[in-house]
Amino acid sequence: MASNASFKKVRLKTEPSPEDLKALELGDVVYLDGTVYTAREGVYRRAVEEHIPLPLELPAMSGANFHCSPAATIRPDGTFNMGAVTATASFRFSKWIGEWLDLSGAKLILGKGGMSSEDYKKHFVPHGAIYLTTVGYGTGALLGRGVKSVKDVFWRDELGLAQAMWLIEVENFGPFIVESDTQGNSLFERENAKISAGLSKAYEGTKPAVLKRFGETDDRSDELI
Amino acid sequence: MIPLDILEKTAVTLMEKAAIEIPEDYLEGLKKAADVEDGDLSSFVLQAMLENYEAAKEDRRAMCGDTGCPRWYVKMGNEAQVEGGPVALETSLRRATAQATNGVPLRPNRVHPLWRTDHDNNVGINAPEIEFAFEPEGDWVELTTVHKGGLFGTDYRMLFPSDGIEGIKRFYLDSLVAFGKRGLSCQPAIIGIGLGGSKDTCMVLGKRAACLRTVGDRNPDPRIAELEMEFKELGNSIGMGAMGFVGKSMVIDCHIEVGYCHTGGMQMSVHAFCLSSRRACARIYGDGRVEFRTDPQWFTPYQRRETVEWPATQASKKSA
Repeated sequence: MASNASFKKVRLKTEPSPEDLKALELGDVVYLDGTVYTAREGVYRRAVEEHIPLPLELPAMSGANFHCSPAATIRPDGTFNMGAVTATASFRFSKWIGEWLDLSGAKLILGKGGMSSEDYKKHFVPHGAIYLTTVGYGTGALLGRGVKSVKDVFWRDELGLAQAMWLIEVENFGPFIVESDTQGNSLFERENAKISAGLSKAYEGTKPAVLKRFGETDDRSDELI
Repeated sequence: MIPLDILEKTAVTLMEKAAIEIPEDYLEGLKKAADVEDGDLSSFVLQAMLENYEAAKEDRRAMCGDTGCPRWYVKMGNEAQVEGGPVALETSLRRATAQATNGVPLRPNRVHPLWRTDHDNNVGINAPEIEFAFEPEGDWVELTTVHKGGLFGTDYRMLFPSDGIEGIKRFYLDSLVAFGKRGLSCQPAIIGIGLGGSKDTCMVLGKRAACLRTVGDRNPDPRIAELEMEFKELGNSIGMGAMGFVGKSMVIDCHIEVGYCHTGGMQMSVHAFCLSSRRACARIYGDGRVEFRTDPQWFTPYQRRETVEWPATQASKKSA
């Protein structure tokens, strides 16, 4: 197995300075300290489309938006039981992300699988934000260990446990990998390009299926997202 | 008569085990893949996953925060009787799903597809799925729960005989590459392929091939077994590894299941289980004894029977 020593490991605050972010390179491994909140399509729809005021002060309370629904319950006494924590695929939130960054002032978007470099360049770079991807997927138990406490949960009745906004205090929360840098480059796209170059060898001898379907592609550099 | 309280208690335990304990066969397979992986980023990911399984067991915390869609496979010996009958059994499994979702805790994923409403317990209309099968002998019930991811890594294509093995190969590669990018299918995984049947049975067979067979298990048809091994190799040679990074670990094993199909067609489905391969199984006997295991032993000779007769001698010799 290759050595992990080659990866730069960084402890980052959830309200990082522009200099902190500029120092990060694609592929760096990041652990977070501070406060993160979960927000995904349910929150985006309410905040961006329905213009409902956010139930917490952002980015004052946190600059890190996690695309996540925790495995968690609220006990009858109102306390929280949070187990594993794993991200959900972020590309689905592309249509909201620009306005969301305006609204939230988030500097870190945490999730699964990243977004397109087009989104990074158009939305993330002007806001001085970067994308950190979870690892695996997913290292739910390791991330769960990094949760120090659940500070609050918002919009629980409106959105249900999975889509609610969970505000969580974290320490050494990770691992994450730097997927986009301050220039808007994408690690996944860099890797895709390397892999696409060699794919024709694996496909050697095959031909397109007899039955065609609308929307299919034979361009293997294409992506689903 | 199988006591209902034992059945329900066992089902809750299975939900916990599936969520928390990585099955040994998959763990061994993944360790072997990690040993030969030379992509830096892919190696880092596999190492992190191995640490994650340890953390989950130590903390008794779910391996993955995304519970996927918990479902049940129930197998009954021909002489099995459950207290309260099959309706009580189904109710117990629904109750156990809800109870474990709140107890472990697991993520309450299941919502109404249109109204997005939620019971916060992974139970709802047609959820969890409960599928039944039978074996010729025995007074036992076997429960298997599988927590399979719900969004990516699965696809279907209507192929024809003229597409041939090359067409099967191409669709297999298409599925791995398309969903492998950015690691959407949570690879490396056990890949299940369904061939034949009709569209729905083809999907069912492929999903069961991915979720109900263990690493190293081979189809009893030697030519299919050969194809399984060839496809495992092929999947690991496309240059991609964990999270879609450069590497060579995509497929921990490949399982193929077939069903007789229309003479004009060759339906195919591909299913990627995930990096946590969450499955747990138990056999509950008529006297209340419970045996836990991680191998569902679903595909017995009886499940793959070819023709109409099933002589008793064959049943007693080969049934699980």
